Amino acid sequence: MPDAITPEAGAHVTTLGSGFTDNPYLPDVATVLETVQETPAIKTLRVRIDDAARMDAFRFNPGQVGQLSLFGVGESTFVINSPPTRMDYLQFSIMRAGEVTAALHGLKPGDKVGVRAPLGNWFPFEDMRGKDIVFVGGGIGMAPLRTLLLYMLDNRADYGNITLLYGARTPGDMAFRDDVQDWLGRSDMNTTLTVDQAPDDWPHRAGLIPHVLLDLAPSNANSVAVLCGPPIMIKFTVEALKKLHFADEQIITTLERRMKCGIGICGRCNIGTKYVCVDGPVFSYAELKELPNEL
Amino acid sequence: MSFARYIARGELARALDLMARGRVAYAPRREADAVVFRPRAEGEEPLLARATVPPKGIIFPQSERLFAFIREKDPNDPGHTTVRLDATADIPPALIFGGRPCDARGFHIFDRVYLNGPHRDPYYAARRDATVVVTLACAKPCSTCFCHWTGCGPADTTGSDILMTPVEGGFVAQAVTPRGQEVLEGASLPEAGADRVMAAEAVHSATLSALEAQNPAPDLSTTPRRLRERFDDSGFWRAMSDKCLACGACTYLCPTCYCFNITDENDGGDGMRGRRLRSWDNCMSSLFTREASGHNPRMGKALRLRNRVGHKFSYYPDLHEGIVSCNGCGRCITGCPVSVDIREMVVRATEPSEETPNA
Repeated sequence: MPDAITPEAGAHVTTLGSGFTDNPYLPDVATVLETVQETPAIKTLRVRIDDAARMDAFRFNPGQVGQLSLFGVGESTFVINSPPTRMDYLQFSIMRAGEVTAALHGLKPGDKVGVRAPLGNWFPFEDMRGKDIVFVGGGIGMAPLRTLLLYMLDNRADYGNITLLYGARTPGDMAFRDDVQDWLGRSDMNTTLTVDQAPDDWPHRAGLIPHVLLDLAPSNANSVAVLCGPPIMIKFTVEALKKLHFADEQIITTLERRMKCGIGICGRCNIGTKYVCVDGPVFSYAELKELPNEL
Repeated sequence: MSFARYIARGELARALDLMARGRVAYAPRREADAVVFRPRAEGEEPLLARATVPPKGIIFPQSERLFAFIREKDPNDPGHTTVRLDATADIPPALIFGGRPCDARGFHIFDRVYLNGPHRDPYYAARRDATVVVTLACAKPCSTCFCHWTGCGPADTTGSDILMTPVEGGFVAQAVTPRGQEVLEGASLPEAGADRVMAAEAVHSATLSALEAQNPAPDLSTTPRRLRERFDDSGFWRAMSDKCLACGACTYLCPTCYCFNITDENDGGDGMRGRRLRSWDNCMSSLFTREASGHNPRMGKALRLRNRVGHKFSYYPDLHEGIVSCNGCGRCITGCPVSVDIREMVVRATEPSEETPNA
């Protein structure tokens, strides 16, 4: 066999973009400013993109996600849980579950991460103006709600009554303690906390989220409910909201999938014709009902 | 396709040398039991047999570097490192000779997702742009061919720059794109002439007739809807996937399977240098959708096969003007160790089910 014709190595080197804006696989390098151990399983990272011009130009809407990566370990998808009204840093809260999340838990201030963001759709915060908002968060599901809630508090006059029901297994599993203290003390919102297992000195509610929600019985009139949490909580919370006469269109939630590219190409996160990374992660319950039954 | 040139059988190697000037030319070559695409040498006589593996990997490599990362100690703060990313790639001009229409159409199925979706894929775009596709029309169908079911066909030009058709004594080479015409013009080949073009067209219709005779095309116009209706028919999908081993050979042999994984790799134990890769992935694997929490929306091979068939014959067509993302090459049938047959699944899914006799 004669030798094949192959080009000289390096004869046709092309640069495939200089950053996330012209190469959607190329992360912006960012630095960890601060970390917060929220609970034994949840750690918050506050990061800034190193390129100051890119950080200044960074825009996103509440609910959009990012691919956060540790070079040499891998990437995973997390919601940007700081609001777009507070751009000192981008905040991600990570529940330890697998290899990448375990490695992210080991980060210290000054460490470098990769950020590909913003990705995906967002909560319909514009359509929600003038309405009463009912937030229902379970466990790490409080993270996507946090960005929208803080956005609304920073634009308080645009929204009606704000109700928050936040639940976790135990008091020690509640994240965002400083925020929660602030929310409990505010007169312009109603905050209820609940845990599955309450110690004697727990001053808040005990019981599963759907039960507490039925007890609180928020009105469906001119309201939107925003839910986030584990699949089993979503299922029963939707049932509770139906009992409270919330229409499918009044219920908004987010979906999770094992995503890779985050830009609708790699084929990993489809549910029928929808790709959670670009068509989601935010869906109304009305939209979810149209999808094939593959949640 | 009015621009047509003629290549005499004995002149094929020389004509390919001229057409591929300045490009790496890939052509089918026999290696062990398989026919695979490899860079050809000047003067090398190409094999005209259909390749066992489609030429997909020339434009979408089985594994490719997205970027390298290089960590350096921060001179101002030795406790920390900085990171530099290198997103360069060596992408020489290339030419693929000897793929079949089902192979070339595969690139079109990719184009719709990788070039014309919400985000453009710069790696795929650079290789696609650098590569001339010279396709060989089929003169004799294999028993597993069903391109004529899918909108493809033995002389389909979709995705090609040049279509070559075997005629008596040689080949008629017809330009499909301006780039294909340029390549043919650069090779100073004689004009094919009206008679030879007619002979090529006769080959096209004869092969199509042979396909229809061996395996008449069913009406698949209702298939996307029927697959949606079949979604919750778990008995159907269990029966269809009963013998499947979930090995994923079908996905690797498929000219249209475009799903991938992204992983990181280190050069050594210190994590100072490494790279992020993307690699072909396989939807028949449980890891394809298993989340870190352990939750898996597609538990079991029946649900995975349902998504594989659904993607090709329902979801993709719904998103892409009815175009099916299967070109009927039949490699998933010939390459399957237990002969799972996608034709059978599609036909049976399209038939009205017992539960809904009037559907």
